[in-house]
Amino acid sequence: MSSIEQQAKGKKGGDIRYLTPLNIETAKTKKYCMFQKSGIKYVDYKDPDFLMRFINEQGKILPRRLTGTSLKYQRKVAVAVKRARHLALMPYVADLLK
Amino acid sequence: MNHYETVFILNPVLSEEQIKETVKKYEDILVSNGAKMISKENWGLKKLAYAIQHKKSGFYHLFEYTVAGDAINQLEVNFRRDERIMRYLTVALDKHAIAWAEKRRKRNQKTA
Repeated sequence: MSSIEQQAKGKKGGDIRYLTPLNIETAKTKKYCMFQKSGIKYVDYKDPDFLMRFINEQGKILPRRLTGTSLKYQRKVAVAVKRARHLALMPYVADLLK
Repeated sequence: MNHYETVFILNPVLSEEQIKETVKKYEDILVSNGAKMISKENWGLKKLAYAIQHKKSGFYHLFEYTVAGDAINQLEVNFRRDERIMRYLTVALDKHAIAWAEKRRKRNQKTA
C-alpha cells in the first residue's frame, strides 16, 4: 500500500484524478451557411420575415461570425436588408423587434 | 433589353380610382417605351415599418418587366415628380433573381 504522498507524486505527476470523467461540453455544434446548405441562390428583399433572422432586435444586421453565413451570401443579405429598409418593409431603427 | 423589377409605394389617402389611374399611368410609360410586362402585383394597403411623410401605411405595387435601360431613367423621373408616389425601388434582376421571381409567382398563384 502506497501512502497518499506517493500516490500524489505518481506517474501523472500529481494531476488530480477523478473517479468519473468530468462531463464538460467541448464539441459545439458547428455553424453553417444556410444559403449554401439549402441551395438558395438569391436573397429576396421582398420577404422581411425571412430577413428577420439576420438582424438583431434593434434592427441591426448581425455579423457573420454569429450567423455563420458565408461571405458571398453575407454581402447579399446586407444588400437585401438595406433594400427592404428603403421600402419600409423593415425598420432602420427599432427596439424589442423580437 | 434587361430584366427589371420595380416596387413603389402609393400614398394611402388616394381613392381606389386614383390608385388604378396611377398604376395605369406608369404601366403606360413603360409600355410606350417598348417594355414587355411580365407580371404586376398588388400587395394592397400595408403598414410601413416607419413613417414616411407622416403616413404609417401605403399601397404597395410591384412590376416585373423587360425593357431597354434608357426607359428606367424616364420612369424614375416621373416617380420623383409625382406626389402620389412615396417611395420606389427599381432593381435589375440577374439569372438567379429571375428564377426566384418565377418560383415566387407560381407559389403565389397556388395560394391565391
